[in-house]
Formats: sequence, C-alpha cells, structure tokens
Amino acid sequence: MNTSLSSRRRRSLVLPVSIAGAAFLFIAFFYLFGGWTLSAPADFIICNGDEPQSLDPAIVTGQLEGRICLALFEGLTTRNAKGDIIPGMAESWIISPDGLTYTFTIRPEAKWSNGEKLTAYDFLNSWERTLNPTTASDYSYQLYYLVNGEAYGTGKLKDFSKVGVKAPDEHTLVVTLTHPTAYFLELTSFQTLCPVHLASVKKYGSNWIKPGKMISNGPYVLKEWRLNDYILVEANPNYWRPVPIHRIKILPTNNPTACFNLFYSKKTDLIIDKTSIPPSLVPDLRDKPYFHANPFGATSFIRFNVKRKPFDDVRVRKALALALDKKDIVEKITRAGEPVANNLVPPGSVGYTPPQGLSYNPDEARRLLAEAGYPGGKGFPDVKLLYAGRGSGPQVATEMQALWRRELGITSIELRGQEWKVYLNTQQLIDFDLCISAWVGDYNDPQTFLDMFITDGGNNLTGWGNRQYDEMLKTSESIPDPARRMNILHDMEKILVEDEVPIAPVYFYVGMSLYYPEKLGGFEPNFVDDHRWGEFYIPGKKP
Amino acid sequence: MNAIIIRRLIQAIPVLFIVVSLTFLLVRSAPGSPFSTEKKIPPEIIAELEKQYDLNGTILHQYRQYMGKVAHGDLGPSIRYLNRSVNEIIMQTLPVSMVLGSLAYVLALFFGITLGGLAAIRHNQLGDRFIMLLALLGISVPSFVLAPIMVMLFAIKLHLLPVAGWGSPDQIILPAICLSIPFTAAIARLTRGSLLEVLKLDFIRTARAKGLSENTVLFRHALKVAILPIIGYSGPAAAGILTGSIVIETLFGIPGIGPFFVNSALNRDPFMTSGVVLVFSSFLILFNLLADILYFVVDRRVKME
Repeated sequence: MNTSLSSRRRRSLVLPVSIAGAAFLFIAFFYLFGGWTLSAPADFIICNGDEPQSLDPAIVTGQLEGRICLALFEGLTTRNAKGDIIPGMAESWIISPDGLTYTFTIRPEAKWSNGEKLTAYDFLNSWERTLNPTTASDYSYQLYYLVNGEAYGTGKLKDFSKVGVKAPDEHTLVVTLTHPTAYFLELTSFQTLCPVHLASVKKYGSNWIKPGKMISNGPYVLKEWRLNDYILVEANPNYWRPVPIHRIKILPTNNPTACFNLFYSKKTDLIIDKTSIPPSLVPDLRDKPYFHANPFGATSFIRFNVKRKPFDDVRVRKALALALDKKDIVEKITRAGEPVANNLVPPGSVGYTPPQGLSYNPDEARRLLAEAGYPGGKGFPDVKLLYAGRGSGPQVATEMQALWRRELGITSIELRGQEWKVYLNTQQLIDFDLCISAWVGDYNDPQTFLDMFITDGGNNLTGWGNRQYDEMLKTSESIPDPARRMNILHDMEKILVEDEVPIAPVYFYVGMSLYYPEKLGGFEPNFVDDHRWGEFYIPGKKP
Repeated sequence: MNAIIIRRLIQAIPVLFIVVSLTFLLVRSAPGSPFSTEKKIPPEIIAELEKQYDLNGTILHQYRQYMGKVAHGDLGPSIRYLNRSVNEIIMQTLPVSMVLGSLAYVLALFFGITLGGLAAIRHNQLGDRFIMLLALLGISVPSFVLAPIMVMLFAIKLHLLPVAGWGSPDQIILPAICLSIPFTAAIARLTRGSLLEVLKLDFIRTARAKGLSENTVLFRHALKVAILPIIGYSGPAAAGILTGSIVIETLFGIPGIGPFFVNSALNRDPFMTSGVVLVFSSFLILFNLLADILYFVVDRRVKME
C-alpha cells in the first residue's frame, strides 16, 4: 500500500519534472544555437530591403549594399542630405581648365577606424585593386574614365604606374581623365571609388568584411552581422566629423508585408527601399504622414529588337510607342504616383531640357501602322513581349498587350514572362522581339542614360546603332562648356525617342520610403535616391 | 541491429552522391548564369569570376572540381553571398531553422496525437466532427494565407506577440504555431484513423472486459499500437520541418535555411543549391532511419531488414 502510493506520487512527479527539464533544455538550445544574441539596443532601425551580397565597396553593385557600404566607407567626396556633392576624405580639389586633371588634397585629420592615418596612397592602392581584373569588380568601369584605366582593367596593360592616378605625397592625389567628365566628382562619392584598408584585406582574405576584422573610414563601423538576421553599425570615433545617431541596426527583411508590419508596429524606424513596401498598399499609404515619395533617376522603357521584323521599320516602332496609353499603366498598375515618361532621361538633371518625345496619340499610331502595311493590325507578324516575371512585370506586360490590341488591333503579341536570371540572359543575347526594361542612373547626368545606346554598346541590347549618335556622344565628351554639352545630349535623346525610336519610354520610377518626420531628420528626397546615414539625426535629440 | 544501422548509413553515401551530382548538374545546365546582372559585365571580369569559382571549362570539369571539394567536406563558396562559404551559411542558418522546427515538431506531435485521440473517442459525435473540420482546414489552408491572418490577429490587432523578427523568445511563438499547424492536422487525422482501427480489435475488447478504465485502455493499450503509422509519417515530416520553411521564414523574417532552397536555385548558385539539397537529403535519410528504429522498438513484430 505504502510503496504503491509513493510510486504513484513519484509517477505524478515524472511528468512535470520531465516537462520542466525539456523546457530548460529547449531554451538552452535556443540560446546556444538559435543565434539569440543579446546585442546592445540600437538608436535607430532601418529596413534595408534584403541581405547584402557583400560589403566590399569595390565589389558591390546593388543599391541596398551601396547604402551600407557608404555608411562604412567614404570616398574623396560625399553627399549631403540634399544629395549635393560635398568634400569627403578630400577637403578640397582643383580642376584644371581643360577639365582633365583633378588634384585632390586629402584632409589631414582623415583616419581609418583603427586610428591609422588615411593617405592618398590608400586611394591609389585601392583603385588599383578595384581595376585589377583579378578582383573581378563589376563596376570597375567607373575607373575607365582615368587615362589607361580601361587598358589596365581589361588586363591589356600590366603597369599600373601608367594609369592616370598618382600620389606625389600622402596628402595629394592627382587624377588624369581621358576626357572632361562633368560628373567625375559624383563618381568619387560612389562606393566603387572608396578606399579599403588593404593591410586587412591582405591579412584576412575574403573574410576582411566580417565584424571585428573590417577596418573602414566612413561615419560608421561594422559591429555585428548575422546572415539574414541583422547588421549592427556604430559611429566611427575616428571619423572626421561627429555622427548624430550612435548605433544603427539594419534589418535585411525582404518580404514587403513583414517590413510593413514591422514599421506599423513601430519595430523599425525607416523603410528605405521602395521594394519593401507592399505595392497593393501604396495607394492607401500615399496620404499618410509617414509616406514619402520622391522623383528618382530611373526609367522603365520598352526595347525593340530593330534587327527583327516588323520592328526593323521605324513606323511600326513609332506606332507602338504612340499607342501606349502610359497613364493607364501608372494609374492602374504601378500606382505609386510615377510620372508618365515620353523621353528616357528622368527629370531632375541640372541644366538639361529633355526632348518632347512621343506622347499618347492613337490616331497617329494607327496611321503609321497602316502606312507600314498593317492597317488595323491586319497581317501583323507573331511577336513575343519579353518581361521579367517578378514585381509588377506580368501585370504591366498584360496591360500593354491589351492596349496594343485596343488601339491598333494587333492580336498577335504573345507574352513571354521569364524568371529574372533567365530574362537577363535573354535580354543580353537580344533574343527577343520587344522587351520591358528599366535603367537606373549611376549618377545625376543624362549621359548615364544616353551612352547606353551607342552602336554595339554592352547595354544597348536593341541591335540599333547610329553613327551620328556615336559621333555626338564623342563630341559631347570633349566639350568643357556644360550648356553646349547639354544641347548635344538633348539632340542625341531626340534621335533616340522621337526620330528612330529603338526604345519607347513608359514611366519614371519614384523612390518611396516610410518614416515619421518627427523621428528622422537629414533624410531629404534627392534625384539619385542616395541618402547618407551620417547625415541622419533624430529631431530634438542631441548626439 | 547495430550492423543494420551501420549498413543503412553506408548505403546513404551513394544516395547522397547521386542527389548532389544531379542537383549540381541540373543547376549548371539551367539557362541563366549566376553572374548575370542588369548591367553588362565586361567579358574579362566574367572570365575571372568563373575562374575564381571553378565554374570555367566544361560542365564535367566543373563537376569534378566541385565533387573533389565536397569529398573533403567543403561545399564550396556561395556566389550570391560573396565572401561566405556554403558551409558557413549552413552552420549559421540551419540551427535557427532547427530551433524553430523542433518547437513546431513538438507542438505538432503533442496536439496532433491529443486531438486525434479525442476525435477517436468521440467518434462521429460533434467533437469528432469539429476536430476533423479543423484538421481539414489545417491541411488545406496554405501557410502563406494562414500566417498573415495569425499576424493580423495576434500581433497587429491584439498586440500579444511581435509581428516578425528573431532574437527573443516571444518571436518564436507565432512562426512555430504557423509551421506546426499543417503537421498537427495531418497527425490528428492519422491518429484518429489508426485509433479507430485499433479500438475495434479483440485485445481492446479483452482489456475493456477486464474492467480497465477507458483512459488506461486508450493510452496504455490502444495508442501503443495506433502510434505506428504516426511514426512512419513523422520521420520524413521531421526532415521537412527541421530544415525550415521558405514561406514561414520569409513572412516572419527569420534567418533560417528555408529560403535558400528556392532562392539559391533562382540565383543559379550551384554550390548553395547542392549544399542545401545535401542537408535536406541527409536529414531525410537520417529521420527515416530513426523512424525505422523506433518502429522496431515499439513493435517487436517488425524485423530490421
């Protein structure tokens, strides 16, 4: 009796004790392996769009990587909150009258995050690294503006001392360009031209970008980085000016709904990337105090393959461009307030007046199509519209197909959606009839859009070429007078979007971000959508 | 028995070899390159990249290079996440998925067996119908519908739990529940079906005739036999649940391994894809073996062969 009672009591204890034990093991397991670190609380949290591919400024090409790199590194120049170019690691520079030689003076207080002095040699050696083909930097062409830059970058020249960059002493960097480049000071603010700490690159190899190993020179230093979890950066005490926000946490959340939920429940302070905002919510968010949209230097356009019938006929290309009711696309599908585009270069380039381009004119479109031999769309060959099957791509393509049927009676346009990487490949091979494309400007100058379409240019991808266009680009590059240069660029764009129409612009992108103005200052809309985190401050809070 | 286990583990090696080979060759022969971007990359850079990643030369050459590394335990570099190796990514993300998955797995087993048992006892009564309706919903409502509803309800409206993220214990609750629901539902249905079969058997009638309480009949006699199909199901299920879920981990912003299964293929990252496939197949083989061992332990009629 007694024993059975105690055994029953023992048995009644077994369950709770084992549950408690299991729970304890579980929690211990979580903390050991689940990556639950007790990191210091951040002063500001940013949803940055996705996990960065790398944080090596010479390697990265994406905007989201660029944002973090530019918080960690700084080039000769940098940008203020408005997006204007201001001195960075160089405190001043002198441009020769012919616009070919730039002499930068590195600021004496410039330091690496470990306290070491930063010199002109660091720039010289970092640029060598970026250009060196073994580094395999996709963006190394940004240094092709330097004399012999391209030859060294493509491996044809082995002697770097022949490249147009010299450091006569530790404070001076002399850069020689092949032709006057109005936007060169914008390029020097870009991550590709930022210096890296070569001693640590040598020491740690590909691991040099990891926390505890990375030595940087920008407003922030890398503190913690967990893949797909978070990145923590902290103000760099050796940066040449004070940084208002001390500690920033970066979330790589790539699901727009999760990002918005985090923002809505106040778990993040800023959604910086427009891809992190659910597109279906945009029309409802547009009048909210925390919604901010700004014009942004990127254009969506259609590429015609001018080597294939019927797009070898300029009348057909014009007809399709004129029949496109772009308002319909931006109001029904993209819905973020995108301006309709009749030309390629987005509004906002200082001193540049774009040509009129072809606006919606269905009567003229029908007339041109009939003249080309397809009255009412009759006899129009079977063609395929290539697009990337992500984002709003499929809807935009469907709408275009419907618009051409409605306005021109063309029923033989088939949709050809492809997965992103396959789409890029097809586009690169110019294996399409017509294709929905986009281009994001690298710097605030019409040239970043117009030089794409030189004959056989790597990003032309239409099969189109025009000797006059190529000559005009060359002439524009050698003219130091900005106004005259802009006039030439205007005439070039006119050829592109009015006369020969190898492309049909659709709309200009807008940048979108979410933040409460009372919680973030120093974030101003700018054309390049370039916001330096060192400029951010929390209103009413002393650094 | 030990000999059999060892033999099964040895047999796994050629299976894994074939799986990894097929994955690598498939990803490499799919159209699109891991290096393609919107902007044209100079051919010299592409050539250098291909050289650095051992992706130059014929596909057979690339395959040989890769398998050589795999044989030494090196799953290669990730092309998408530069400066990171596949080993490193798996080491960092797999434990996160396993933590989440093991909680979901425990929840699924506990609630699945309990609800299934309750439904079986109340066979054809209201309770049974209600539980089976829930189970049907649990199986048929996809997690990309279920998870946002749960977030809306428990995080946005009721403010009980965080909407997303990883790093504190409360952030695991919602994703674990969402992850466990389809498994709970499947286990509940299996338990109910299996218990109903067993409860008709002679030995249960004998047990009842001996005057044992219904609970003893159910838990000590019937469930012991009825559990067998659940063991069969939960082996492969464990492999699936522990290696993460792309939907749940993406929706809740959890830094697990789940999204890599799909994204690495979309990025044409051959090493990463082969790496995660290797992890999943190993889990699958291992948990199937565990299920078989468990079968053997629970049911002496089963011979390990």
